[in-house]
Order: sequence, then structure tokens, then C-alpha cells
Amino acid sequence: MSPRLVPAQRDATGRRDRPLRVTVDGVPADGIAGQTLAGLMLASGRTSWRRAPSGAPRGLFCGIGVCFDCLVTVNGEPDVRACRRRAVDGDEVTTHSRAGHGDADGPGRTAREER
Amino acid sequence: MNGTRAVVLGAGIIGAACARELALAGAAVTVVDRGGPAAATTSHGEGNVLVSDKGPGPELALAQLSRELWPTVLTQVAERSAEGHRAAQAAEWDPKGGIVVATTSAGAHALARFADSQRSAGVRAEPLAPEALREAEPYVTREHTAAVHYGEDAQVQPAGAATALLTDALAAGAALRGGEEVCSGVVRGGRLTGVRTTHGLLEADLFVNAAGPWSGALAARLGAPVGVEPRRGDVLVTTPQPPTVFHKVYDADYVGSVGSGEEESQTSAVVESTRAGSLLIGSSRRRVGFDDRLRPEVLSAVAAKALRLFPSLARVPVMRAYGGFRPYVADHLPVIGADPRLPGLWHASGHEGAGIGLSVGTGRLLLHLVRGEPPPVDAAAFRVDRPAVLRPRQYQQQETT
Amino acid sequence: MTVPAARRVAVVGAGPAGLSAAHAALAAGARVTLIDAAEEPGGQYHRTVPETYGPQRPVRLQHGWRAFERRRRRVLAHPRCTWLPRTSVWALEQPQPEHEGPPRLHLLCAGPADGAGRTRHTLDVDALVLAVGAHDRVLPFPGWQLPGVCTAGAAQALAKGERVAVGERVVVAGSGPFLLPVAASLLDVGSRVLEVLEANTAATTARGWGRRPWELAAQAGKAVELAGHAAVLARHRVPYRTGRAVVEARGDGRVEEVVTARLRADWSVLDGTRRTLAVDTVCVSHGFSPQLELPLAAGCALDERPAPRCGPAGDGGADDARKSGRSGSLGAFVRVDEQQRTSVPWVFAAGEITGIAGAPSARAEGAVAGWSAATGGSTPRDPGRRRALRALRRSRDQGRAFAERLARAHPIGAAWPGWLRPQTVVCRCEETDYGSLCAAFATEAGSASRVAKLNTRAGLGPCQGRICGPTVAELRRRFLGDAPERPAEGLPRADPHRRPIAQPVRLGELAAPSAPLTDPGRRPEEESSS
Repeated sequence: MSPRLVPAQRDATGRRDRPLRVTVDGVPADGIAGQTLAGLMLASGRTSWRRAPSGAPRGLFCGIGVCFDCLVTVNGEPDVRACRRRAVDGDEVTTHSRAGHGDADGPGRTAREER
Repeated sequence: MNGTRAVVLGAGIIGAACARELALAGAAVTVVDRGGPAAATTSHGEGNVLVSDKGPGPELALAQLSRELWPTVLTQVAERSAEGHRAAQAAEWDPKGGIVVATTSAGAHALARFADSQRSAGVRAEPLAPEALREAEPYVTREHTAAVHYGEDAQVQPAGAATALLTDALAAGAALRGGEEVCSGVVRGGRLTGVRTTHGLLEADLFVNAAGPWSGALAARLGAPVGVEPRRGDVLVTTPQPPTVFHKVYDADYVGSVGSGEEESQTSAVVESTRAGSLLIGSSRRRVGFDDRLRPEVLSAVAAKALRLFPSLARVPVMRAYGGFRPYVADHLPVIGADPRLPGLWHASGHEGAGIGLSVGTGRLLLHLVRGEPPPVDAAAFRVDRPAVLRPRQYQQQETT
Repeated sequence: MTVPAARRVAVVGAGPAGLSAAHAALAAGARVTLIDAAEEPGGQYHRTVPETYGPQRPVRLQHGWRAFERRRRRVLAHPRCTWLPRTSVWALEQPQPEHEGPPRLHLLCAGPADGAGRTRHTLDVDALVLAVGAHDRVLPFPGWQLPGVCTAGAAQALAKGERVAVGERVVVAGSGPFLLPVAASLLDVGSRVLEVLEANTAATTARGWGRRPWELAAQAGKAVELAGHAAVLARHRVPYRTGRAVVEARGDGRVEEVVTARLRADWSVLDGTRRTLAVDTVCVSHGFSPQLELPLAAGCALDERPAPRCGPAGDGGADDARKSGRSGSLGAFVRVDEQQRTSVPWVFAAGEITGIAGAPSARAEGAVAGWSAATGGSTPRDPGRRRALRALRRSRDQGRAFAERLARAHPIGAAWPGWLRPQTVVCRCEETDYGSLCAAFATEAGSASRVAKLNTRAGLGPCQGRICGPTVAELRRRFLGDAPERPAEGLPRADPHRRPIAQPVRLGELAAPSAPLTDPGRRPEEESSS
């Protein structure tokens, strides 16, 4: 385990947490109001939530909406940058994978079969 | 053709295809481009290899020839060199087939008639019953009135396809000179014997004008203007999606707008996926000269039409838009052949939005014409001395919408 | 003083530069629309915990917080200001050739980030100030795509903005003074920072900062701020090492260890200096990349500023350039004049898009830009204002001098591609590796930028080359030389920053009609419901 939220009682900002709960692929994850989905997922113990075309796991990278590596589906809206979207109680987050239907094998792959 | 010196002006996909055929036939070929190879119109297109959008006639025959050649040509390229192999892979040849969907009853009748006429010309055009359409394209609108499946339609990644053809031309001995612009022609005894470029004089026995939408301007510099003008097309690219669109799917309106010359903006829906999962959504056709400014309302109209075809794509994000200039001729036919006004000058241009698909057939046809052999398809309709080519209208300087 | 006819000014970006521009434009009598994607002004620099955290002691540590807070309140409460938070500028539409004036703004208004139901609006103004900032530039290295490797900016944003520590055992690496506040933020949220690695050698850094020290005095605030961070590091006994970099990250499904190595001045790795270190997180920044898509969409000319060269003799002369191969990266920035005017009439630029110089300089540039946008750059009649403007310009010029010094002290060494292996991912989105890129550039028929991009897919993924674009362009230059590619008539030059769709827009949003935002002072929700 590594990423985590500073416990409120030790936080110099003196914040007052309002807990909320979202689900990530159906699994509940707890956080507090104001967190981004990326912050919430990190602090609840996930370091990756997306798979690149090769299937390799990806997590937070730029944290400010530039790299699009943290994309998730939120309540059916695809391609939401988790680092920019504030969590709302009850959000249903679905993780993404580009593996299996992209050009995963790179330029060596043969043409798609005729349908 | 051993010993014949040929200069191909323009290293887009048409120039690449011509250079390849000439070089393989033994000509000493030099390809000149003022920019980089395939960097202009070719890399701003969708990569259509279509028979479905053409009615019976000479252009359909050229499309059928090209469709037949594509897989063989790419295999030959891949076998010739390692670079060619890589490039042929990047060409992403995909014989996915096309489906044309009509959404009105008038559209359904027009589509049925059109498909009928195409069948008589040897096109595989199979009407799709609603269930069959749903199976082929589960996300397409239920609000359709007719659909036709064109099994021969295919797609390439156009820059990759051009790289493959040009790489093969180079492997066959052609030389490439990028960043070199043609300034004027050298005419001796009424014949074009050379071109002066920014780098000096280039002499040859024949010159092929394959400068796409700029071929009108280039021909004028050489003293033989042709009526090829730019027509702009815009394409939207979405983020990578799970498999949603399986064929090239387009609205029956598209057939109408390809054959139209209206200045004002026209849009119709053409939706397809690429190998990486992105959807390409076209298209608009606007005659606005070489005006590259983004027009969000044109993109909006394209999006609206695409959603009529695939309503469930409303939440899919567009991440990029690109536009290109396509070489347009008022009678919608390419210009392929010798210029009767200036011996030594040949043209291979004017394919508008179909140039990617038609490139390999054009190269083959040009080779036959240059050698004076009977052409594989009737080339009379593409000849240079026809009214639309020799009496060009000036293109509109600005949008009229 | 007579107020000129109230000009309509749009300011894009509400960080230090944008907020300052809005403030100055309001003071000069303009009607201002201030636009930002975030909920609150402040940008990356003044990032703080959200209101919903209910903070009782909001950030006291932040430098210049009080002044920022004052300015924020004044701007947002001003009757001539329309504040559009959570709004993206997704396109700029240039006017017809014969029409003067800045481009039309196309907005996606009032929605949660990447929401699906945002409304599309257009906004026409008399002057546009672009103050959209920059993001971390990260050079690729083997393993940089592993979860647990993030930008220094990400660590900073999560610590300052959410009180989340990105990791437990962290290495901060890269180049530039930004590494210090990031390390300090990580310590503040309880991470263990194992070391801070500055890739440039002590000699390079000292030479860069040491020359013409009087320029630094003017940026005393910045120096004090950095000294504060350095003291925090010292207190926590965090080693700050120069001439060392993270050259590889390894792990199964996430980063578990990094390989660090000593570097020469050109960032080539010294043999026998590799060390592995167990970590769970690596925070990296090799400098900043300005966000240039909107300036390019507006048609603004850029300046390619060669990054200062560094070599053993270190004077940046031609000899060094030869020794270290090609000069390192070229930094492109928006070209501005004394008044912060870009090459496009009535488009102004301020902040990091004109050069990386930090918040004080961004504020000064913003104020000058705001004034110019509101007045057309006329000299104020009021002597007090004249003096104030002069002082701002002076501060801006000092900021520019500081930026130059910063670039000299923390250049990107030309030999960094030596860290790469053929299989190293360069384009994170499409997983294009270094070997494929090299092969594409070596293919004579496919080496044009656009063509190589389409053939390798580098830069075609969801981030649209925001991360890999400058790197791919630089690698191409190494292969093929510096000669600029000539565009065909009508087509723009291939540019790694060109993204005419500046932010993703959903098909449904795009297909819906847009309504013009006309009346500053009213919010888009009100307009659209009318």
C-alpha cells in the first residue's frame, strides 16, 4: 500500500470531512467530498485503473488533465479524466481497458478479417 | 521503358503510385515534392477504397481496377524490402466492406435504384434486411428505411499506404527529392523538356503532374493550366472506443454530395472505426479555396448527421479534427493522361476524395498510356482536353454560407 | 480619468497570470469574462483544498496567498466581471480574412469535468488574453509508464489540492527548482522523500544561476520561497543530489524500484554509477511544456528558443554544441511584444506560455496584458497609473531575465536519449516505442512529421501528443536535422502543439446548437434557459 489521504486530525488545514462512497467496477470505495476520483481511488488503495492497448496497467500520471492516462467511465459517461472529476456520492466508476480491441500487437499484426 | 527519364511532380499517394509503376517498368524516376512525401492531402484523408459511392461509368471501372490491385500491390511491397514490409503493415489494409443506410423513403428508393445500376456494372451490392443490418451494425439507427452492403469496400491508413507505394518505388530505383519546389517549365521545340526548381534544372522525357489540389497552380506555372481546384473536407476523430462500428457506414446522402459541385458547405455522415479503435466521422465538402480555418459549425453539422446514423455515440468524445484539400474538377472525374497542348507533360490528378483508393489504378493506367498500350480501363473520360479541365472556373475565395 | 468605451475582454486561464490580467483589465474599465476549467481561480500555483473540505485554516504556507486571495475576491465580485468556472475553451475560430478582431471563443460551459451534458456557447470579444499556463515536461525512460511513476505536478496537485500523498517511499527527480516545492509538499502530507535528484550537474546549475546575480535580486520573493523549501528538505534530512537522475523504473504492474545514475553535463550516464533503490513512487519533471494549442488555434506566431547548451566547457559556445551533439530541446513559446501583444491583432498572451518564469513574472505579464487588452496599449493619462505600469513592465522584464537564467541553470541535456532502449515506450497512449520511431524516421518515404505520426501512431492517442509531442519532434530533429518542414499552401506547419480541438467535446454536445454569450454579468445557465 502507499498512497493515502492525510488523516483529518493530523491535517494542518483543519478540514472537516464529509464522507462519501462510490463504486469502482462495482466494488465500494470510500472517500470524502471534494476529492477527485483519482485522489479517491489512490487513497482507497488502487494504483491503477486503466489498461493500455498492450494490457499494461496505467494509473495517475500528470494529475492535471493533460495526459488522459486516468480515463474512467462515470455513470455511463466514457472517457472522464479521473484527476479532474470531483467524486459525487454514489458515482459508479467503470475502469477502461484498450486491450483486445486496439492495435495491441503493433505493426506486426495482419489485417483484420473480413466480416 | 529502360532509359526513359520520368519526373513525378508531387509525392502524395497519386505521385507515389505513378512513380512505382514507372520505376518498376524500368524508367529512371525522380519524385519531386515541395514539402515532405504524403504530408499534405494524402495524410489528411480518410483512406477510402470504395466502389459503393460510384455509379456505373469510367470512374467505377477505375475504382474496380484499383480494388483488385490493392491487396496484390501491398503484398508485393511487403515482400520487396523490410521497410516495405513495415510500411505495408502501417497501411492497415482492411477489407471491411461498406454499408449505405437510407433514412427516408425517398432515400430508400434512390439507394435501391443506385444499387441496381451498380450491380449491372459488376458491383457486389446486397440489400440488407433490418435484422441483417442490426447483426452487421448493432448500434446503427433503427430509424432506417433501407440498407445496402458493399462487400468490396475497403479502407487503408492513407499515409501508410502512400509510404508503402513510395518505398517500393524507391526500392525499384526511383529517387526522392523533398523540399524542392518547381518554379517554371523549360519548353524546347514545343515540348516540355525540363523544369526549373528551387534547386536547379531537372530534365526528363516526361513529367507527371501529381500535385493534387495544387496541380492546377503547378500546371499554370508550366504553361498548361488545368481546372483542378481545392475542395475542403473535414473529419472528426473520436477517442478510442470498444468495437462499435464494424464497416464503413454511411448515409445515402453521401452519394449525392460526392457528385455535386455546390460551393456551399455540404455535410453527410460517414462513420467508420480505425484499427486503434478511434472512429473517423466525416464528412464535409466545402469549396473555400485553401482556407484552413476551423469552422466549428461545420463540425457540428457533421456530428449531428453522424448521430442520426448512430444515436448511441452521443457521449463519445471527439479528440481531434482534421481537414484536407482535395483536388476537385467540376465534372467530378479525375484527369489522367497526356496534355495535348504540351507534349512531355502528363497529368494524374483531380480525384477529389477518392484519390487514396484510386491511386494504384491511376498509376497502372498512366503506365499503359505512357507506353501507348491499350489501357486496362477506358481512359477517354479522364482525358485532359475536356471542357471541365481546360476551361476552369475560379474557385470561390471565401465561403458563401 | 476618462474611461475608454468599455471593451469586452476575455481572459482564458485564471492562474496567477490570468487573474492578474482580469484584475488589470477591470481596473482599466473593460468588461471581462474570465474563463477556467477549474471550479476556483488560482491555477496550478495557487491550488488549495476545495471548499467542500471545510478547511478552518486554509493554506497559510503558500507564497503570496494573501495577495492572491485579495485579488481573487476583487475580480470575482466586480460588477463588470463574468466568471465562468468549469468551462473549457474547446476551439478558437479565426475571423474571415477581412475581419479584424480576435477569434471567436467556443466554450463548453458549466459542467463537471468531462461531463456529457455541457452546453455549447460562443463568445465574441474585442480582445482576448491567453494565460493558459504549462504542465510538466517528462522525458521518457524505461518503465516511465508504470503506475507509481507520475509527474511532480501530479504529486503537488494531490498534496496541495486534496491532501493525498501519492506514495510512501518517494524519489523526486528531474530538473529545475520546481522539484523543491514538490518535495516539500510531499513531506507535508507525510511521504518519505528518499532523495531529490537534479539531473544537471552542480557546475551547470551554479553557472546558470551564478552569472549576473543582480538579476536574481529582483526575484527575491522567488529566492526566499525556494530557500524556504530547501530548509524544509534539510530539516527532514532529504538529500538533494545534483548530476543524478532516475534512468529506469522497474516493477511488476507498478513501480517497485528505480535505477538512478550519475550524469555528465550532457545527461549521458556515467558508467558504474547505477544504483537501484526500492520505492513505491517516482515523481518526475524535466521542466515545463507550455500549453500552446489555443495560441496556435488563434494563429499566434511562436518563437523557438533554443535551450541553452551544456557541455563540459559549459559556455554554450559552438564547441559545446558539437561536443554534445545537437542542442537539446527547442522550447517553443508565444511571441509577445512589450505590451504582451501576440502576432495576432487583439490577442494577448501572459504567463508560462510566453516563457517559464514562475508566478511573480506571470502576474506582472498578466497585468500588462490586461491593461493592453482593455486599452489597446495606450499610455495611461493618470501619472500614478503610468508609474504603476512602468513598474509592472520592469517586473515583467526581470521575470524574463529570471526565465533565461532558469533555462540556463536547468537545461535538458542533449544526451538523454541514451537512457532509452528500443522497446522503451515514448508515446504513452499508443505505446509507440523508441525503436519504431527510429525506424519511421529512417524510412525515406515516410519521414515527414505527419506521416511518421500516422504510421507509428505516436501522438494520435487520447492525449493528442500533449505528453510525447515535443519529445517525438526532438527525436525527429536528431535524425533528420533542424530544417523546418515546409507546409503546402493552405496547410499549417506540422507542430507538436497543434490541436484545433483544444479539449475533447462529446458528439452530442458538438451536434447541439450553440448560443452566443452576449451579456457579461450573466452566467451561461441563465442565458441558455432564457
